[in-house]
Amino acid sequence: MVELWDGLAQAFWLVVTADSELVEIALRSLQVTLTALLVACLIAMPLAALLAVSRFRLRRVVIATLNALMGLPPVVVGLIVYVILSRSGPLGVLALLFTPTAMIIAQVIIVVPLIASIAHQSLRDLWQEYHDLLISMNVTQTQKMQTLLWDARRALLTATLAGFGRAIGEVGAIMIVGGNIDNATRVLTTAIALETGKGEFALALALGFVLIALTLLVNLCIHWLGKTEREGRW
Amino acid sequence: MSTLFPLQIHEAVTRRHGKTLVGPVSMTLDGRGVCVIIGPNGSGKTSFLRLLHGTARLHSGSILWSCSTEEARRRQSFVFQHPVMLRRSVLENLLYPMLIRGFRGKAAQAQAEAWAERTGLQDTLQRPASVLSGGEQQKLAIARALVTKPDVVFLDEPCASLDGRATREIETILTEIKAQGTGLVLSTHDMGQARRLAETAVFLLRGRVHETGNAAAFFNRPKTKAAQAFLNGDIVE
Ligand SMILES: Nc1ncnc2c1ncn2[C@@H]1O[C@H](COP(=O)(O)OP(=O)(O)O)[C@@H](O)[C@H]1O
Ligand SMILES: [Mg+2]
Repeated sequence: MVELWDGLAQAFWLVVTADSELVEIALRSLQVTLTALLVACLIAMPLAALLAVSRFRLRRVVIATLNALMGLPPVVVGLIVYVILSRSGPLGVLALLFTPTAMIIAQVIIVVPLIASIAHQSLRDLWQEYHDLLISMNVTQTQKMQTLLWDARRALLTATLAGFGRAIGEVGAIMIVGGNIDNATRVLTTAIALETGKGEFALALALGFVLIALTLLVNLCIHWLGKTEREGRW
Repeated sequence: MSTLFPLQIHEAVTRRHGKTLVGPVSMTLDGRGVCVIIGPNGSGKTSFLRLLHGTARLHSGSILWSCSTEEARRRQSFVFQHPVMLRRSVLENLLYPMLIRGFRGKAAQAQAEAWAERTGLQDTLQRPASVLSGGEQQKLAIARALVTKPDVVFLDEPCASLDGRATREIETILTEIKAQGTGLVLSTHDMGQARRLAETAVFLLRGRVHETGNAAAFFNRPKTKAAQAFLNGDIVE
C-alpha cells in the first residue's frame, strides 16, 4: 500500500516538475502509438469498408482471419517482426531494428485486425440499411465505401479508440523490436517493465499513473471532438 | 416526352431461390402520365418495380428502354416503401444524389433547397433526417429521388404507412411532377389513390400481369373476374 502512495506522490512530482526524462518517454509513447494508429486506420478502415460492400470469393476467409488475428499474442508479433527486420532477415538492409519505426510496424500489425474487425461490424450493419438505396442510385464501389465510412464515423471513432488502448498499453512486442534503449526506443510501458524489474516500484507506479492519465486524456480529447461535431451539426 | 420510352418488356422473369417472383411478363409502357401497379399482397408489385428499375435480376426475357440501359439507369430513380434515410441532415440527404454525380457547390445547394421548399421541408434542412416524422421522411425520399430531374420515378407504395394528410401532400407533389412530364410508375394498395392518379393500370396476380389498360376503363369495367373481385374488395389470391 505504501508503494501505491509513494508512486502517486512521485508521479505528481514528476509531472509538476515536468521531469525531462518522463516528458521524453511519454512523448515518444504518444508519437509511436499515434503514428501506428494513423497508419493502422489508413489500412483497416478501407479494408473494413471493402469487406462490407463487396462480395469477392475470399471475403469470408478474410473476415474470419481478421477476427482470429484480433487475439494475436503481441509477443509473437514482436518476434516475427524481429526476425524479419534483423540483420540477416529479409528486410535487414533497412536497419530498422531497435528504432521507433520497428515499434510502429509491430503496433500496426497488432491493431489493424482489431480496428478492422470492429469497424467492419458497424459498416456491415450500415450497409444493410443503405444497400437498396445505394444500389438504386447506381453508386460506384468507391462511393459506397466513402459513404459508409463517412456516415459511420462515430462508430469508427470507437474502433479507433479501442486500437489506441491496445497500442499504447502494449509492451511485449515493442520491447523485443525496440529494445527499450534509453533516449531512443524507451516508452512508458517498457520503462515500467524495466523499473519493476529493478525493484523501483514507486517509479514504475509513477510511470503507470502517467500512462493511465495520458490514455484518459487522449480518449477524452477524441470523444470531445466527436461530441462538439454532433452538437454543432445536429 | 423523354427518349426513355417506350419501355418494352418481353417475357421478363425474375426469380429468387428457384421461385418465380414475377413473370413471364410482356407489355409496353409508353411513360405518359402515371402507371399504377395494383394487386393483392405478395402478388409481386415490389418485385415488378425492382425488375423494371434494374435492381432485381432479370432471369430471362428482356426489358428494353429506348436508350442504352446505362443511360436509362441514370435517368430514373426509386422511392422505397420504407424510406431509407442516410444518417445525415435533410439537406445532405438532398445533396447526396447530386454529389455522387459530381455536381456540387452553390447550384446544387440551390436545387436541394428548391426541392425542400416544394415538399414543405424547408424548415427542417439542418435536422438529421432520422428525426423526421414518417410522412416527412417519405417526402424527403421523394424530393431526393427528384432532385436529379429523372425522366421516370418508381414509387413502391409511397403512402402505405401514412395518414390522410401526408398522403394528400404527396399526391399533390406527384400530380405536379407528372404535369411537368416526369413518368411515374407507382404501386399502391389504396384504390382511391390508384383512381386519382392513374392513367394506366396494371393489375398483378401471382407475379403475372392479369389485366392492364387505360385506368378509367379498368376501374369502371374490369374485364377479368379476378380484377372485378379485387376492385370490389373481395379477397383474391
Ligand atoms: N428476396 C426474396 N426472396 C424470396 N422470396 C421473395 C423475396 N422477395 C419477395 N419474395 C416473394 O415474392 C412474392 C412477391 O413479393 P412482393 O414483390 O414483395 O409482392 P408485393 O409487393 O405485391 O406485396 C411474395 O410471395 C414474396 O414472399
Ligand atoms: Mg410490396
